[in-house]
Amino acid sequence: MTNEQMTSSETEPTDDQPAPTPGTDGLTDTADSGGETTTDRTLLEARDLNVYYGEEQALSDVDIEIPEKQVTAVIGPSGCGKSTFLRCINRMNDLVDSARVEGELRFDGKNVYDDDVDPVALRRKIGMVFQSPNPFPKSIRDNVAYGLKVQGKDDGDVDAKVRTALERAALLEEVEDQLDASGLDLSGGQQQRLCIARAIAPDPDVILMDEPASALDPVATSKIEDLIEDLAEEYTVVIVTHNMQQAARISDKTAVFLTGGELVEFDDTDKIFENPEHERVEDYITGKFG
Amino acid sequence: MSQPDFSHDGIRTARGTAFRYLFMLCALLSILTTVAIILTLLLDAIDFFAQIPLVDFLTGTRWSPTNEPIAFGVLPLISGTLVITIGSAMVALPIGLLTAIYLSEYASDRQRAYLKPALEVLAGVPTVVYGYFALVYVTPAIDTILPVDLSTFNALSASIMVGIMIIPMVSSISEDAMSAVPDSLRQASYGLGATKFTVSTSVVVPAALSGIFSSFILALSRAIGETMIVAIAAGQTPRMIDLTDPAGMFLDSIQPMTSAMVQIGTGDIVGQGPAYKSLFAVGLTLFVITFVMNLISELVASRYREVYR
Amino acid sequence: MAADTGETPADGFGRISRTKDVAFRLLALAATLVGIVSLAALLLNVAVDAVGWLDWQFLTNPPHPNPYEAGFLPALVGSIAIMLMIALVTFPLGVGAAVYLEEYADDGYLTRFIQLNIANLAGVPSVVYGLLGLGLFVGLFNIGYGTVLAAAFTIALLILPIVIISAQEAIRAVPDSQRQASYGMGATKWQTIRNVVLPRAMPGIMTGTILALGRAIGETAPLIMIAAPTTVFGLPNSFFSKVSAMPLQIYNWASYPQTEFQYGVVAAGVVTLLVVLLTINSIAIIIRNRYQQRT
Repeated sequence: MTNEQMTSSETEPTDDQPAPTPGTDGLTDTADSGGETTTDRTLLEARDLNVYYGEEQALSDVDIEIPEKQVTAVIGPSGCGKSTFLRCINRMNDLVDSARVEGELRFDGKNVYDDDVDPVALRRKIGMVFQSPNPFPKSIRDNVAYGLKVQGKDDGDVDAKVRTALERAALLEEVEDQLDASGLDLSGGQQQRLCIARAIAPDPDVILMDEPASALDPVATSKIEDLIEDLAEEYTVVIVTHNMQQAARISDKTAVFLTGGELVEFDDTDKIFENPEHERVEDYITGKFG
Repeated sequence: MSQPDFSHDGIRTARGTAFRYLFMLCALLSILTTVAIILTLLLDAIDFFAQIPLVDFLTGTRWSPTNEPIAFGVLPLISGTLVITIGSAMVALPIGLLTAIYLSEYASDRQRAYLKPALEVLAGVPTVVYGYFALVYVTPAIDTILPVDLSTFNALSASIMVGIMIIPMVSSISEDAMSAVPDSLRQASYGLGATKFTVSTSVVVPAALSGIFSSFILALSRAIGETMIVAIAAGQTPRMIDLTDPAGMFLDSIQPMTSAMVQIGTGDIVGQGPAYKSLFAVGLTLFVITFVMNLISELVASRYREVYR
Repeated sequence: MAADTGETPADGFGRISRTKDVAFRLLALAATLVGIVSLAALLLNVAVDAVGWLDWQFLTNPPHPNPYEAGFLPALVGSIAIMLMIALVTFPLGVGAAVYLEEYADDGYLTRFIQLNIANLAGVPSVVYGLLGLGLFVGLFNIGYGTVLAAAFTIALLILPIVIISAQEAIRAVPDSQRQASYGMGATKWQTIRNVVLPRAMPGIMTGTILALGRAIGETAPLIMIAAPTTVFGLPNSFFSKVSAMPLQIYNWASYPQTEFQYGVVAAGVVTLLVVLLTINSIAIIIRNRYQQRT
């Protein structure tokens, strides 16, 4: 009932959302990311993106411009299509037989759904961290080295690359003496940082995170959150979360998806949480919705 | 008077208990069967070893239960079994493993719906039929196609047939193990830019390794115990084999343990002589080998079930 | 197609070679098909060879040294007689054991031991069951070499583990809510099993038992061990008649050197055996499909 009313009242303003966003130059956005210069160059850009699973529409007419080397949070109630959107970026939806994608999703200007794009090659530029930690039943070292091996980047000093990745994932200190132990022996939070190390080891441009802390306890969560903010210095991070406080804490930009796979508002995180344009978004943020 | 009666109904309780024990008896029959197998084999084998020393049996390199000079060395029979096991393993293990990968990782649901029952048929054909096929079709075919000197009875055709028969055992158990590998691991691998080949070989197969291992052992155990194919097609020539001479191993007639048992069983040997009793000594050897292998397979399999529960 | 931005690299994001991928896929498909295709070729061969030999005279005559007069009737009837006996023995025992393990037994040491033991029995070579039959039924119980009863009991023990395991699966598939509903009406355990669990599990149990009988009808080695005669000229007329069976007769004929036997009479026997087997399995599948449609 309520959903229907909201949808009807909200269909058109979505289009102008990206418009007020650009804060002229790199300076306005940097409140959260620690002051170093960030350009607002758009790295990922969706145009009229629609996704269907069989008959069901999972995303409808999504337009978004995700800036380089910042943390962009994607929030919304469950079933709103936020994970679907994330999986469009590295074409993981190709693995779902019933999924159909229409429209464009540009990465560095190139539509990743063009016929000449090899999804495997694409995924080598985009790392992904999943909802529950999914380390391989291999040693910690082999887990991190896996991506290097798969991508043919295992020439030279693999061990050094593994250690660097673990270091960047803030895990090295804890596992330094047990690199040959199974990744499955780590705690949940450590496993997730291991998965992050695995994702960044081959040095991708983008890191996609699908509710990376939802299966973790508060302490582990806060470690992951610190880590994500650090990662944004080098990588473009897109993180899906259902936890609004988390989005507010760690992201520079926030995209709010609401029912029906509709991107309702996309703006600086501060703006979204302090003064959203849309009543529906405000209702959602303040907990009146969903 | 006003209190309701919730007391036990004696007859109903007694009947329930009776059925409980009746069913329990049925279940215990399986243990009884195992005990009976062991006792049957052991008692007659002990009689046999009273006449033929155990050491001679286990280390003797000549098997000749009825023709002079009589000898009861089991090693030639074990060699024969080994040849068939190696030969069928070379057929069934790679084919079965690849089949499992195809079914688990590549095949569509539709393909699977046709392929899996078709594969099960391979294990459902009576072994006597496979033996006949090996003798009258496979051996002449190989003899025509390959430039080798193949005996009428040979280990090669028998091995191929045994191998084909045990493919489904390898493929179905391995596929179960591969299907049990959580999809999140495949996703993680795809997310790192792996191709399907890499996902299959570097994630799925290693993660399913204990299940695959278990299927291999079980299939080999089945090959060791396989009787009719070798009895019909592999011949009755107990001989020591030379592992460095594959042609000699496979192109000529051999005699595995099971085939020797059939030979004694179809012969006119009765009574208490060592030739008849040797049946049980060989049977015991066969039982112990396959029992240990089945046990290992079961233990390994239950480990992989625990990992992904 | 719609890519237009200037800074785009011309080749997208590069191409990863799929040669290995495609080759591996084809290899795996070939492996999947090789066994099926080989068997199909062999079956085709034997079917062609059986033409002209598999006729009414073959099905109704007793065996004969002259291939043109040789028949399969005693073996065919023997096999069916043995199979019916096996069904009578294994069905109650198998269902009873399965009911105990699924409905009564706790998850204790004994239960796990029984379960492991059943799994192991299913892997004991059939020739060893033959020795068990020889020692137990022929020797100890003195039922007689190669009689219908000795053959049936021996093979019954062989397929019993398979029957138990499949009956357990069928019973396990009965939803627990059904049991709860029955208990909720004040039924006892036995009433629940008899009126709710077994009726619901019966099609599955039947399917499993019939498939196991298909396995039983092809067994040869145990019959050899209990000294069933390879060739019998008359039909069995009591439980203690000496009996042959189709696979045993095939084994015997396969050793005849004449071409008429090797590529004629035996082929006819093999096709007959396979047709009987196919019939049995079809019945099992029909029962399963009818059951699946209802739920």
